[in-house]
Parts: sequence; structure tokens; C-alpha cells
Amino acid sequence: MSSSLAIQRENIRKLFPDTFKQARKSRLRGQIIFFLVLVYLIVGFFTLDVVDIPKKWKPQNAAMFVLDTYAHKDHVTMKWENHEDIKIAFEGNYRSVYGRDNLDKSIPDWFYKNSDNVGNVVEFNNKGKAILYKDKVEIVNFPKYERDFTIKLNSNGKPYLVGSEDLVIEDLKGFRITENRVEFRPTLYERIQVYPKKVEIHRYSIGWKYFWFDFSSPLEPYTFFEALGLTFSKERVVPEMSNLKLFLTEIKDNEAFMHGRVWWAMLETIVMAVLGTMFATVMALPLSFLAAYNVTPIKALRFTLRRLFDTLRGIDFLIWSLIFLRAFGPGPFTGIFAIGFTDTGTLGKLYSEAIENTEKKQQEGVQSTGASKFLQHRFGIIPQILPIFVSQSLYYLESNTRGAVIIGAMGAGGIGLQFLGALATGNDFENVAYMAILVLAVVIFMDRLSAWLRRILIGSDQLIVR
Amino acid sequence: MTKALPANLEQIEVNLKKLTNQRTRSSLLGIAILILIFFGGTLVSLEANAGSFGRGIANFFNYPRDLFVDTFEMGWKYWPRVIKYIPELIITLNIALFSTSIGFILAIIFAIFSSRNLIRNKKVIQFTKFLMDVTRSFPTLIIAMVFLYLMGKSSLPAVIAITIHTAGALGKLFTEAIENCDGKPIEGLSSVGATWTQKIRFSVLPQVLPLFLSYGILRLEINVRESTILGFVGAGGIGEMLAALIQWNYGADVLACMFLLVGTIIALDYLSAYWRHKLIGANQ
Repeated sequence: MSSSLAIQRENIRKLFPDTFKQARKSRLRGQIIFFLVLVYLIVGFFTLDVVDIPKKWKPQNAAMFVLDTYAHKDHVTMKWENHEDIKIAFEGNYRSVYGRDNLDKSIPDWFYKNSDNVGNVVEFNNKGKAILYKDKVEIVNFPKYERDFTIKLNSNGKPYLVGSEDLVIEDLKGFRITENRVEFRPTLYERIQVYPKKVEIHRYSIGWKYFWFDFSSPLEPYTFFEALGLTFSKERVVPEMSNLKLFLTEIKDNEAFMHGRVWWAMLETIVMAVLGTMFATVMALPLSFLAAYNVTPIKALRFTLRRLFDTLRGIDFLIWSLIFLRAFGPGPFTGIFAIGFTDTGTLGKLYSEAIENTEKKQQEGVQSTGASKFLQHRFGIIPQILPIFVSQSLYYLESNTRGAVIIGAMGAGGIGLQFLGALATGNDFENVAYMAILVLAVVIFMDRLSAWLRRILIGSDQLIVR
Repeated sequence: MTKALPANLEQIEVNLKKLTNQRTRSSLLGIAILILIFFGGTLVSLEANAGSFGRGIANFFNYPRDLFVDTFEMGWKYWPRVIKYIPELIITLNIALFSTSIGFILAIIFAIFSSRNLIRNKKVIQFTKFLMDVTRSFPTLIIAMVFLYLMGKSSLPAVIAITIHTAGALGKLFTEAIENCDGKPIEGLSSVGATWTQKIRFSVLPQVLPLFLSYGILRLEINVRESTILGFVGAGGIGEMLAALIQWNYGADVLACMFLLVGTIIALDYLSAYWRHKLIGANQ
């Protein structure tokens, strides 16, 4: 059986030698291309230092970054010289201190007097406790630790772990001990640091605290929906203004998440994208007619316009935004014109190609009724290309939203600049995450919006090219 | 019968009128919304912009003029400067090409797992589609900035950011291409008992590969622009050089970089149009 198959194969080979040769040739070409790509990837791997990723990647930094995007922390600080003066501050901010009389902010319930009535207890979310005494810190009740620990100051005023010489290494995990500091960090969520001068405890919890109302807001005791309910009540929370106004201003002026500023910046970015796209559409519409051979008989004009489109497109929006940044200063106009100029080139080219690809018959039909040139274009060409125009412009709206964020970061303002600012502070990573999510939501929204508009306007959400 | 016809015609007339009215009304509504958006946007811009609009227009030519004057004063000494920045340009091109290649490969994997005609499991499709939506929607700049912060200055953040974005953007186009391909070759291979991988290799891939390559070339062009921009915020290459030169106010050198960039982008534009035309015989 197999031998007869082999004979048959030989026969076929003899019958169509050219086909087989060609197949081998094209296969060889494919293999060569594949090999070249592989070589390039290896070269790129080394020239772009991809091999250095493990060296450059700092897991500690990344873990802290990620932790801070979804969790918040409270700082508890005790100075050794006055052990009763314990400061509890949200994120260590001196303006958000619990228990300050002027803020009328009660001490959180995870901080209380120990049962011996001497020590002060900081209870973590995992039920582990740090008990602060006049001369020592006790670490008790931590899960996965068989025993408790005590940290004291020695005669030189340096912190040390009591009985550390008796401990096995297994017990010491989570501790980092240097000359001037004893740090205990069993997981990312608990951190106890003892210095010669003070004790500092970081207590992490999951979530964005004070997202709606900031620390010092009169509405802070309420949840969002409770506060929303309060807006319908006649009793005023503060005498100066109505509850509704208070509700809105408190959200807007939130110090931690800066909703007012972030949303305004987002609006600026959206305006850049929308007006930029509108500008480009309005500019490209007449120009594309003049650049299409079936509308404009003058070759020189067509050639000039084509090169104009190429130039507008070739001068990337990076360069346009640099030029406009000098002219208009930071602000949406820079973005609008940078997007508008680049896209006039892109849309002009696409539109004029669409016009050239229209059916000639419809135009001839209109011509046969004795219509003027203008009317021929109005009724012979425009109905054919309008869906394409709308589709293209809406398609670019979404990518321009992303472009507007980028232009903003280069100095034109908007959410891009806010994002850079939050990242540069180095500790507001929950704001970074908030803005990233906001940008993501807006871009996805624009994508869906343009798809939806395309569907109701032209009955298809696919990009029509011709 | 004779009476029915005029009545019918009347009805048609009425319907036509109603339809025309409806069309006019929705057109007017659309135009009104557009005008509203335009004025609202302009108000926002006027409020938010630092300088006034009129002064901006008046100043528009100042910067380009300064650059050209600076360049003109240098005379023939200018050309060595242009050449000096070519290595920087190559770094930018390298970033773009490398991340497009890796993104291309990732996109193929994405596309295979999100095509309805290749995968039966709806959950897998939904998950992959969601993944593509997210990776595609993040502006590269945001990803790059975060990685720049975490890893320090180098080209790697740009590579990572562009790769991620490319994987999502190409993945979506590839999915459409795979879902729109002819089902008969797949059926044919199924009938002779081909495995899943064989079906993809011998029926789907030959159909979609030209389209994939065409999309990939288009993406490469976009990515060259992107990598320049990412350089501008600190990821190396000609973008970073340009940012530094602008800060130092070296007009002639700024113009040299701009010329290199514009030249590259226009050249790539023509090249990619040519290649794509060759690949799929259409200028899509």
C-alpha cells in the first residue's frame, strides 16, 4: 500500500515538475524571511537591553507601587521622650491627624488602651498587635509566629530585639535589624519600625479611603449614599450652605483625589480630541474634493494638495504640538490644532481616495438631467461618500482621545499633565491608578460611542474604507 | 380598483413627506448638537488656555521662523549636524521595529483565542476580548510612564508600552480578519481529520497572513511616531534628544531632528503604502 502511494506521488511529481519547484522556492523564501526575523529579534534583544529586565526590575518598588494603588495606610508615631503623645495620621499627612480637637475626629477603634491600662495597642487587620510602652514595644499575637517579641532601647539609646540571640532564623523572618533601626514587616500590610528617637507604625488597609469626602470634610462620617440621602433632608449639616451644595463642593474640593481638578482636566482632554477631529473634518472636506481627479481637472492643484496632505501628516503631531505649544501656551488650543493639523492630512488623503473610488454612474445620471457641476457633485458623489466620511472621522475620534492624553503630558495640560504630576510626587499612587482607570474608561467610552454612532448613522460599526 | 390607486398614491405622498420631514429634523438636530459641542468646547478651551487665542494665532509663525533663521545662519556647517542625529533616529526605529515584531506575535496568539470560528469556549473568547480592549485602550504614554518610574531611565519602558498596545490593537484587527476568512478550507481539512493546529496552519494562516502583514506594516508606521513621543518623555532615542535640544534652545539642531523625523515618517508612509499594495493589492 505504502509503496504504491510512493509510486503515485512520484508520478504526480513527474507530471507537474514546475508546480513542485515553485512550491519549494516559495517555502525556501518563507524560511529565509523567518530566519531573518529571528536574527533581528535576537539582535533587538541585546541592543535594547531586554536582557537587563531582571536587573532593572526592582520587585520592592513594584510591590510598593501596586500596594499603594489599592490600599491606604495610617501612621502611628510615638516619640520615646514623651510616650503618651502618640500621633495617628492618615498616610502620615500632618493635616490629617486623628484626635485633633479642631477637627473633631475621633481616634479609630483599632487604637486603644491595653488591658493593663499602661500600654497603648495598635491592632492590625490580621489581629496582630503592637503594644507601645514607655520603654519598649511588644509585638504580640501575629499569626504564623509562635512567640511574641519585645523591642527595647539599650543603654546607648539604640533599639534592639530582646533575646534575639536565642531565636532561630525561622522566627526572625520579617525582621530587618540595623544599627539604628529595628524593622518588623511580616507582610506588606504591617510595618513596625523602631528608631532611637521614635517608633513608627504603618497600618495598611485595602481600599481607597476618603475617595468621596476628604479627611477634614464635614460629610466624612457619612458614606456616599448616606450623604446623597442627606441632600434631600432640610436639616443642614453646616449652617452656611444647603446640603446639596455642600455635597457637590465637598466632592469637588476633595484634597486626596482632587475630583474637581481631575474631571476638569479630563474635560479639557476630551475637548481637545473632539474639537480637533471636528476641525480636521471641516478642513479636509473641501480640500479632499479639490484633490480628487474626478472633481478637479487641474493637475497642478491636485498635486499640490496631495503633497500638502503628506506634509501635514508627515510632520507628526509631536512636532505640531511643539510649534503650537510655543504659540498658544499650555491649554486645549495646542491640542486642538495639533490634532487638527495632523488629521487634516490623514482624513484629506482618505476622503479624496474615497471620492475617487465613487461610482461614476450616479454622477452621470444626475448629469443627464441637465444639472450643473455643483449639483452633480452634491447629488452624485456626496450621498456615496457621506457614510465613509462619517465612519472615518468617528474612527479617528477614539485614537485622538488617546493622542490628546499624550499631547497633554507633553505640556498642553489636561489629564496627561495631571497624571505626570501625580506620578512625580512618588507617593500618590492611588491617584495615579484613579486617573489611569479614568482615562481607560473614557477611551473605551469614546470607542463605544463612535461605534454606536457609526451603527445608527450608517448601519455598520465596521470601518468602511471603500 | 380605479379609486384605490389615487388613494394609494396619496398615501405614498404622505409617507414621503413624513420621511423627508423626519430626515430634515434629525439632520437639523445633529447639526445643532455639533454646534453646541463646538461652542461648549471653545468656551472650555478659552477658560483653560493659558494664553489668549488671538495672540496665539499671531505668534504661530514665530517659532518656526526662529528655527529657520537659526539654521540659515549656520550655512553649510549645518549638514554634519543632521548626520550627527542619525544614530538617535536608529534607536527610535529599533524600538518601534522590535516592539512591533513582539506585539505582532502576541496579537496572533490573542486573535486565535478570540476568534469565534476557532474557539468554541465562549468564556475564553470573552476574556481575551476584554484583555485586548484594555491593552488597546491605555495610551502608551501612561504605561511607559509607570514603567519609567519603576525601572529608571532606559528604552525598555517604551518597548514594553508599545508592545502591549500593539498586541491589543493588532489583535482586534486580526480577530476580524480570522472571523471573516473563508470557512470552506477549514471544513475541508476537518474532513480529512486534521488536528486543530493543522487546521490553523494550513487553512487559516495562508488566508490571513497577507492581511496580517499589511496591518503589521501600518502599525509599524504608527509605532515609529509613538516611540518618538515616548522618547520625548524620557525613553531615549531621537525624541529625548529633541526634548533636550528644545530646552537648550538650539534652534538649528531642533530643526535638524525635525527634518530627520519628517523625512523618516514620509518615507515610511510611502514604503508602507507600496508594501501593502504589493501584499493585498489594495490601498486599505
